[in-house]
Amino acid sequence: MTAVATTGHAEPSYLVDTGKRKGIAAWLTTTDHKRIALLYLYAMVVFFLVGMGIGVAMRLVQLHSLQHMMKPQTYNALFTLHGVIMIFLFVIPGVPAVFGNFLLPILIGAKDVAFPKLNLATWYFFMAGGIIAVAALFTGGGPPDTGWSFYAPFSVRTGTNVTLAVFGAFVLGFSSMLTGVNFITTIHRLRAPGMGWFRMPLFCWGLYATSWIQILATPIVAITLVLVILDRLFGVGLFDPSKGGDPLLYQHLFWIYSHPAVYIMILPAMGVISEVMPTFCKRPIFGYKAIAFSSLSIAGVGSLVWAHHMFTSGMSEFANMIFALLTMIVAIPSAIKVFNWTSTMYKGSIDFQPPLLYALTFIFLFCIGGLTGIMNGTLAINVHIHDTYFIVGHFHYVMFGGTGFGFFTALLYWFPKMFGKNYSKRWAYVAWVPMFIGFNMLYFTMLVLGLQGMPRRYWTHLPQFDTGHVVATVGSWFLATGLVLFFANFVWAIFKGSEAEDNPWGGVTLEWQIPSPPPVENFEEIPTITHGPYEFSKESHA
Amino acid sequence: MSDAIAQGAAGAHAHGEHRDDVGARLGMWLFLVTEIVLFGGLFLAYSYMRYLYPVEFHEGGQQLNVTIGVINTVILLTSSLTMVLSLVAIQRADLFKAKLFVGTTVVLGLAFLVNKGFEWAAKFHHGLYPSSEHMATLPHGEQVFFSLYFTMTGLHGVHVLVGISVLTWVLTLIARGRITPDRYVLQENAGLYWHLVDVVWIYLLPLFYLAA
Repeated sequence: MTAVATTGHAEPSYLVDTGKRKGIAAWLTTTDHKRIALLYLYAMVVFFLVGMGIGVAMRLVQLHSLQHMMKPQTYNALFTLHGVIMIFLFVIPGVPAVFGNFLLPILIGAKDVAFPKLNLATWYFFMAGGIIAVAALFTGGGPPDTGWSFYAPFSVRTGTNVTLAVFGAFVLGFSSMLTGVNFITTIHRLRAPGMGWFRMPLFCWGLYATSWIQILATPIVAITLVLVILDRLFGVGLFDPSKGGDPLLYQHLFWIYSHPAVYIMILPAMGVISEVMPTFCKRPIFGYKAIAFSSLSIAGVGSLVWAHHMFTSGMSEFANMIFALLTMIVAIPSAIKVFNWTSTMYKGSIDFQPPLLYALTFIFLFCIGGLTGIMNGTLAINVHIHDTYFIVGHFHYVMFGGTGFGFFTALLYWFPKMFGKNYSKRWAYVAWVPMFIGFNMLYFTMLVLGLQGMPRRYWTHLPQFDTGHVVATVGSWFLATGLVLFFANFVWAIFKGSEAEDNPWGGVTLEWQIPSPPPVENFEEIPTITHGPYEFSKESHA
Repeated sequence: MSDAIAQGAAGAHAHGEHRDDVGARLGMWLFLVTEIVLFGGLFLAYSYMRYLYPVEFHEGGQQLNVTIGVINTVILLTSSLTMVLSLVAIQRADLFKAKLFVGTTVVLGLAFLVNKGFEWAAKFHHGLYPSSEHMATLPHGEQVFFSLYFTMTGLHGVHVLVGISVLTWVLTLIARGRITPDRYVLQENAGLYWHLVDVVWIYLLPLFYLAA
């Protein structure tokens, strides 16, 4: 791309222990952003597979013949746990903590993040929070049964172990917040000479916008969770009507964080897509600045739409209308991105590889998720579909079809760089087929069921929903099969994969100019940047 | 938590080749933003509840001891002054005064907590604490007032405690020569944190003690 020093493999890769400590001890005390990224990756894949297993079990219960494999209370615990694990331990931290950590310093030409020790500390916060949340299952009054949203006053009254689970979420919040502090400082202070703001790859813009939401929104949920804990321990009662408190206050405070959190989930994944599209279309991204600013405006407007989760909670008509309007507005910057990605493909020389397939899948699924989101934001429709499977289908399209597939795309795109190994492209394609079919069987059916009136979070259902539930459950088997194949491919690659090239995709951003896997210090010499990130014409690529 | 920030900043120093005081300060300011939003959630709850129960908040405010509140304000404001003086001292390479003023700040912080302790103890003695029998007899608005009072001054107290710990650590670092006249960003950041604790109190005083 630019005056990057030689790509000779003189320096040892970051995967080789060079310090005093060896093996596990070296990994657990590392301050190398690349190693920390892998620590996150391993932990998250485990959490994801556990969450997936729970999801499959929840689907099984909806087959009438298998209904009695668990009691309703167990079902309540499972959907709570599925939500807590997937949202707090996979979808929110997923892309930034793994790929942001690994790539942000490399993409801006730095040797590490601004605060490497803090970076390691956030991983320990993450693990501690995860372990506390899981411990809540087996201690106290049994697994929490509130749903991941911990709505008061039920969450302060239920006898299950909500206190510990909420404390786990609180600790995870610290991890998220401090990662945000770290990334913003890194982007402001550590860009290589010549790396102006508009020469940064778009993934960095996505991370930048995300980090601001992490800083501005996470503390609100932290204090809200503290209030739930204080209520349970000391009877403070700010959400308890019998003590003058107000449960609606809980919902507001919770969604002031948890709606922006949706953008914490999706913005980095959108950043991944913005990297993948130019590389496989061999064209500069269409509308660089529009994409960069749309990330910021999603972060900004997205912080003002939270109460669209509460249209049926008894807010005033006027408040409902304002929040519905703002919700419509936030769709605009999201649509801008989709138009720009597809425009990038126009007249590009498209090199169809697994990351591109998954990126296009992201766009397709995200569009369905986004458009159903507009439906949810429409007041009249919302009353009808509130708390039905339609909502469940919608947010799985956004979070799983969006962020999940963004994560998979990132893994396919950067895996050769991260591990220096090639996975099997054939199996990446093969895994896609059951994943895509199963995904739509499962979640599109949920949209239909929801419109027909199937409420969410019910252990059982009326006979008229039988067909839909059978289709969805069979879909969940396809999806799970695809996911297992997908991850197995990478496990195979780590042990048996062939050596990856430094630049297998012909990318032009900085990470492709250094060896695979990168050396400890990333760059032998900090590069000087002389032009934008996606200029394919300037130089030939092998 | 602020230790983690501080260590992060120190960590960047420990590498030797990379030192970025501006970055360390930026990181600290961003962390302070998160603290402001954390308290912001409670201030939001306060405004809403006060809007619901204006009369009861007035009644509740009358039961708080303005004198102790004002004394504590003077103590905290003075401690911010001594914190700044310690920075001036380290910049002028006067290590003795730097230690003296950081030490004074710690002592003033402790004095604040002792005062606060007496105040809380008196309330408890009168049966005023969350889910007490006496509380249950009060009007809803007053219950909310005192719940907020304990939550917000309690969270603030925790921050004072954290600040005291960080400053004590800073004191030992000056004594061991790890904070020096040309490398004192850690002390600066600890000071920023301390000022935040001070500023939050400046808002708590009128919202609770002067609400009557």
